[in-house]
Amino acid sequence: MTGGDFPLWAACLVVALALAGAGFALTGSLGLIRLRTFYERTHAPSLSATLGATLILLSSMLLLSLVEGRPVLRDALIGLFITVTTPVTLILLSRAAAHRDRHEKRPGAPPKT
Amino acid sequence: MSRLLPHPILSAALAATWLLLNAPPSPGSLVLAVAAGLTIPAVMRALRPAPVRLRRPWALLRLAGLVLADMVRSNLDVARIILSPDQAGRRTGFVSIPLELRDPFGLTLLAIMLTVTPGTLWVQYDSDTGRLLLHVLDDTGDDGWVRRVKERYERPLLEIFA
Repeated sequence: MTGGDFPLWAACLVVALALAGAGFALTGSLGLIRLRTFYERTHAPSLSATLGATLILLSSMLLLSLVEGRPVLRDALIGLFITVTTPVTLILLSRAAAHRDRHEKRPGAPPKT
Repeated sequence: MSRLLPHPILSAALAATWLLLNAPPSPGSLVLAVAAGLTIPAVMRALRPAPVRLRRPWALLRLAGLVLADMVRSNLDVARIILSPDQAGRRTGFVSIPLELRDPFGLTLLAIMLTVTPGTLWVQYDSDTGRLLLHVLDDTGDDGWVRRVKERYERPLLEIFA
């Protein structure tokens, strides 16, 4: 991989996609500091797992496709597996928090279903 | 058919995954992809997975497009909420939603769909009462979220998973 052998617009697009994805991931990480309760904070990391990851993977697929001169779709699998596995972590975390908060009768505890 | 391919969707997905990982496809990787698609579901039979019954594959594609659009929109909304200086004036809260959907695959897809749209978080599902407890970052205080989840996501899932 030497680079420099594809057009300027493509390079700009790759950089723009990667930067936008990184921006969403950064915003999600900021949310971990700024949001107030545990349940609110669990919303923040899904920013990097969804649009952040999608944009970075699109940038990576575009770059690899240009470098190798054929469509490279391998990275789409990363997106698929992130999408399928992230909910498991988040649901387990929120379930554990709900159980603890109800057991300790904290003020912000979720109501019974 | 059912003896050789007990789970045709799983077989196709495995073969496609193999080909994607070993791109560009060559005759050798094609043979291995078919072998993976045939053997892994046969081994999986020991786990006795329930068969998936898809009624309307096109409705599933339409729903995927809808979720993709909602994912982008809710990402922008949540980014705006995180970056806004006013953190105290926002209402967040729990919403309890009575679901009619009982199919485990449908519920799995609903959990994934609600998780990939930041702003909604699946907290608990009670299979006895069929009620879902959802945490929303932007609580409107009325039944807006209940209607949204039921009409936008649950109804197409009920159509797809009979």
